[in-house]
Amino acid sequence: MTSVALPRPMSSPKAVAWAGIVVALVGLWLALPPWTVRTPVPSLVLCLGALGCGIHAARSGARQEGWWAILAAVLAGLLAFQATQAQVGTLDDIISAGLFAATLRWATPLTFGAIGGLFSERTGVVNIGLEGAMLFGAFFAVWGAAETGNWFVGVLAALAIGALVGLLHAVFCVHLRADQIVVGTAVNLLALGVTSFLLRKIYGFSGTPADLDQIPNVSIPLIRDIPFVGDVIGDMNLLIWVGLATVPLAWLIIFRTPLGLRMRAVGENPRAAETVGIGVYLIRDLGVVVSGMLAALGGAYLSLAFTGSFNEGMTAGRGFIALAVLILGKWRPFPILASALLFGFASALADRLSSVGISADLLKGLPYIVTLIALVGFIGRSTAPAADGKPYVRGGA
Amino acid sequence: MRAAIARAARAARFPAIAVVLAFVVGGLVVLLTGNNPFSVYKQLILGAGLDYPFHWLPGNPLGVDPDIAKFNLVATIVATTPLILAGLCVAFAFRAGLFNIGGTGQFWVGGVTAFVIADRLSGLPGPLLILLAIAGAALGGAVWGAIPGYFKAARGAHEVISTIMLNWVAVYLGQYLFGLDGPLKGPTENPISVDIPDRAKLPGIWGDVQPVHAGIFVALGAAVAFSLIFRRTAFGYDVRAVGFNPEAARAGGVRVGRIIVLAMAVSGLFAGLAGGGEVLGVNYHIASNEFAPLQIGFVGIAVALLGRNTAIGCVLAAFLFGALQSGSNQLQGAFASDLAVPLSQTVQGVIVLLVSAELIGRKLTTRRVARRPAERLPDEGQAPAAP
Repeated sequence: MTSVALPRPMSSPKAVAWAGIVVALVGLWLALPPWTVRTPVPSLVLCLGALGCGIHAARSGARQEGWWAILAAVLAGLLAFQATQAQVGTLDDIISAGLFAATLRWATPLTFGAIGGLFSERTGVVNIGLEGAMLFGAFFAVWGAAETGNWFVGVLAALAIGALVGLLHAVFCVHLRADQIVVGTAVNLLALGVTSFLLRKIYGFSGTPADLDQIPNVSIPLIRDIPFVGDVIGDMNLLIWVGLATVPLAWLIIFRTPLGLRMRAVGENPRAAETVGIGVYLIRDLGVVVSGMLAALGGAYLSLAFTGSFNEGMTAGRGFIALAVLILGKWRPFPILASALLFGFASALADRLSSVGISADLLKGLPYIVTLIALVGFIGRSTAPAADGKPYVRGGA
Repeated sequence: MRAAIARAARAARFPAIAVVLAFVVGGLVVLLTGNNPFSVYKQLILGAGLDYPFHWLPGNPLGVDPDIAKFNLVATIVATTPLILAGLCVAFAFRAGLFNIGGTGQFWVGGVTAFVIADRLSGLPGPLLILLAIAGAALGGAVWGAIPGYFKAARGAHEVISTIMLNWVAVYLGQYLFGLDGPLKGPTENPISVDIPDRAKLPGIWGDVQPVHAGIFVALGAAVAFSLIFRRTAFGYDVRAVGFNPEAARAGGVRVGRIIVLAMAVSGLFAGLAGGGEVLGVNYHIASNEFAPLQIGFVGIAVALLGRNTAIGCVLAAFLFGALQSGSNQLQGAFASDLAVPLSQTVQGVIVLLVSAELIGRKLTTRRVARRPAERLPDEGQAPAAP
């Protein structure tokens, strides 16, 4: 902009940003066990320093890392302040292996939903029907398990209904080229109506059976006995492991196989993809169906492991959070996992805080603000697959 | 005049087909549960009070009980009032090529603002207090809508995502404000606010227990304003231009970013009015557990789509959904309201799905008739191309 040459920063802005992130985390850590410094001053000073690093980095080129540092500084400052206001004993109760185990539990349905959304959006179909697919999955998992007395059948039923919902979505969005958001809305409305209807018709006022065959936990002999680590992952639900495994698997499929290359090609430039002989509609159908199945699996986890029952509208917007996770993760599997863990952590923390009598509604809202800041700060429109949300006319003009 | 009627009939043709098909699907579901769809639908119609006008027939041949029918019709109109505004909210953004999923958040920000004004400024004379509270609701909704508009205009953040995020922010903020530790909680132990003072309550117009309140005039007035904006103002023209083709609008000298922010603000304003109307005219207080992220905004989408994004269409569609809602609450017997409520949700879902398919049907026929390189401008009321 100006003709005056600005002095080059002494260190790389990226390194400054990362230093800021680390400083912010240290600031937060000071307020937590085992240190539990009882005054917010040192934490806030460190977080202010981190904020400075972030702003500096963001202004001198490392936009993305800088914004992350700014975010980390703000979050760490808020949390550290909150923590210094609480009793030490309460903190010891809250910050425990149980918190991290709960984080994984809360994050799992989000991971399934977001990875599902990834498959759909990488092929160019925006899927705001994730919520509906999840709700359908949650109901039919319970139904299958109740009918047969076998959780595995329940999971299969969820996968089947998820595929069906995905197929419906694909027929309307891909083949009939209906507006993707409108169809997603319809799927969500349908899911709420149909599952509530079936719940009341089949199970009546008593709700789903209490003696459901639930998805089992996996107890790992040696790891189980490691302190802390064993408490977190030694006895986790099977579907949490499956959810964690989905992430590298998705990465492998999308970024390391010919099929994944085709998916990405269709999502970025369907015209070019078709020119080289890729069946655009087929790839998109596949992406949407897989997304329905994964979201439904997330629903199955919710009903058959997380709560052990089905209640009306029990997904309570998790499909939409999964969408936020997908965006915050910038349409990439591992960052998606990190974002899901962030949302899961906020939920688990809020859950624990309210169980010791601290209101946590504001904390629950924090991940959404983080996503908004990220969206405005550095995600913007450039990161989404280029053809995301655009219907494609095969062999058209 | 005849041409106008013919045009209206043409516009209503596809939505009417969608509604009929959805009711057929709903009827099949009823049939599968072993009930008679005709008697269920008859109960639904009576439960919504749609038989009320027939008591004026000489001699009342249908034997309508005017009191019961009036009670039910009043409930339907009360339910219709916020739906009109929620539909206008989605429709206005749609006209600008924007998808406002944030109706729920804007609804709540409007409702909470109206509550705070009615509660804290209760010393003011009644009419002024009501006017201020309604203005506050409108402003609150408009601000909550303008934020994603600004994010879109300035940073390219997709409005669908940012409105979803802002819904949740509003919901949690509301849960906090009216929750156990919240500053707006009433003096009782429950997470509920106090009632607003009587003078701040919207006056009842028709009916006794929960009368049709003055909010219906606000809703109908908003519908008229909606229509006038698009028929008579340069702003409305610019909004439509941006909706049809932002690039062309920009080339034509429209400040696209500004229009996007303003369109989202007006859209949010309608939702804020809906929230204000519910607080001032129906509930009179707010409870922490009322804040749910997915309700009114989504029904608004169904209303707007069925109403083809026109003012009159939104009013009619809102009345249909309002009747469905209040009618299913009155169902009794074998097919009681516990099944009817999800059934009417399902019918809504089918309607939205079919309306989306209708847009395609229209696209396909247009293509077949006029396969020219130049794209035709979509008809008024049709959803513009994806933003």
